[in-house]
Amino acid sequence: MDIILEGIRQAFILLVTFDAEVLGITWFSLKVSGTATLISLFIGMSVGTVVALTQFPGRRFVVSLINTGMALPPVVVGLFVTIFLWRNGPLGFLEILYTPAAMILAQAVIATPIVMGISLAAMQQLPKKLRLQILALGATRLQMVRILIREARLPLLAAVMAGFGGVISEVGASIMVGGNIKGYTRVLTTATVMETSRGNFDIAIALGIILLLFAYLINLVLTTVQQRERPR
Amino acid sequence: MKRKFASMILFALLASLFVFPATAAAQPAQKNVILATTTSTQDSGLLDVLLPIFEKKTGYFVKTIAVGSGQAMAMGAKGEADVLLVHSPAAEKKFMADGNGVERRLVMHNDFIIVGPPSDPAKIKGMKKAAEAFKKIAATGSVFMSRGDNSGTHAKEKDIWKASGVKFEGEKWYQQTGLGMGQTLAVAAEKKAYTLADRGTYLALKKNLGLDILVEGDGILLNIYHVIEVNPKKWPKVNFAGAKAFADFMVSRESQDIIKTFGVEKYGSPLFFPDAGKKEEALGI
Repeated sequence: MDIILEGIRQAFILLVTFDAEVLGITWFSLKVSGTATLISLFIGMSVGTVVALTQFPGRRFVVSLINTGMALPPVVVGLFVTIFLWRNGPLGFLEILYTPAAMILAQAVIATPIVMGISLAAMQQLPKKLRLQILALGATRLQMVRILIREARLPLLAAVMAGFGGVISEVGASIMVGGNIKGYTRVLTTATVMETSRGNFDIAIALGIILLLFAYLINLVLTTVQQRERPR
Repeated sequence: MKRKFASMILFALLASLFVFPATAAAQPAQKNVILATTTSTQDSGLLDVLLPIFEKKTGYFVKTIAVGSGQAMAMGAKGEADVLLVHSPAAEKKFMADGNGVERRLVMHNDFIIVGPPSDPAKIKGMKKAAEAFKKIAATGSVFMSRGDNSGTHAKEKDIWKASGVKFEGEKWYQQTGLGMGQTLAVAAEKKAYTLADRGTYLALKKNLGLDILVEGDGILLNIYHVIEVNPKKWPKVNFAGAKAFADFMVSRESQDIIKTFGVEKYGSPLFFPDAGKKEEALGI
């Protein structure tokens, strides 16, 4: 119990003294996971929307694949991304293993199915007749999709939060493709693992608290946007 | 409508915070040196002291990948690392014999210790021979926690079991964590088990453990670190110049002096003993 109190105290000290290394790691974590989430939004939402609004043979199979992807273990993603990015691997020419770019790539792979699966569900639960009505009012297909996205924005923001939450908190892929290199690819979760194995439990707890705090702040902003309107 | 646009703009603003990623990746590729090493060199904090000096001096950027010695050598054998700092002599010799390395140089040593609960159920405290102590642990069926991860420590542990002649694999009292040294020590402490640890990691974690040093000083317990450059003839993409610069630095007067005093302030005794230029045999194996 003492160690948890000590951790909270450490977190407070690190935050109020603007500890340069911790701030750097925190900012870097937000950048990597934020960028990965943005990429996953772009791919996940567009594919999710397309799959939700169209009919094609094998659709059910595709949906089941997407839903399985939501359960992709980060460490498995990390393993595959590492093997692909090895110098002598198929994508070795990119020379991005153990760089922030590799971490963004791995995290985007983790977040994309999450965003895709939730967007798909969000778009699909809109009433079918809404589409007919919009088209009947003379909207083009593109306009229709825009209106539908606007209608589904509450669950779509949930997709953003789930995707971001999934990657900011994962450690398996980040440590494998990033390498936890000091001042370069170290993020809050990998630093927590390292401090734990160094026996600095108080600092590890402090880093965990800081991670939760920033995840909370970001979700607070998103939730404010999401809940701006009263429930209908 | 306006509100919706407002929320979209807010989201876009939030998003734009993140749009400038990975600018740090702008260094020229050949400046990067991938160092595959054991967790003990990172967890002890030694590399945090040495690397900034090396980087400042040479302009190289060292990417430290801290894994077990087994994995480090596997990376080297695939040409996925430029230079290795490892402590698993038998496996290193095989690595060299297979033509994976260019030169293998002695850097430093410390020692392994057998630690266990202060109650010491197997009564091994103060024994002089590690193999005899292992025999006694087995005979009394006391729980022994193994790394089980092909690390240098795990390799050493298996050597000692071999020397003791005891059957250990599959026995109920022999358990494997598959984790790093720090975590294995924590598990051993929690289960009141015996384990083999490198002294550096043990000293660094001692305050939270409640495990005592029970056996030390046997020749077989020596823990020797070598630096090896990966063979560029086998793997042309290896940054040999950077690897050599790093290996030269590790055996240089300057870093050897740092190694000699590293940890004295914090733990009261050094964590590693510099050995550059010595012969392995001179350490007394």
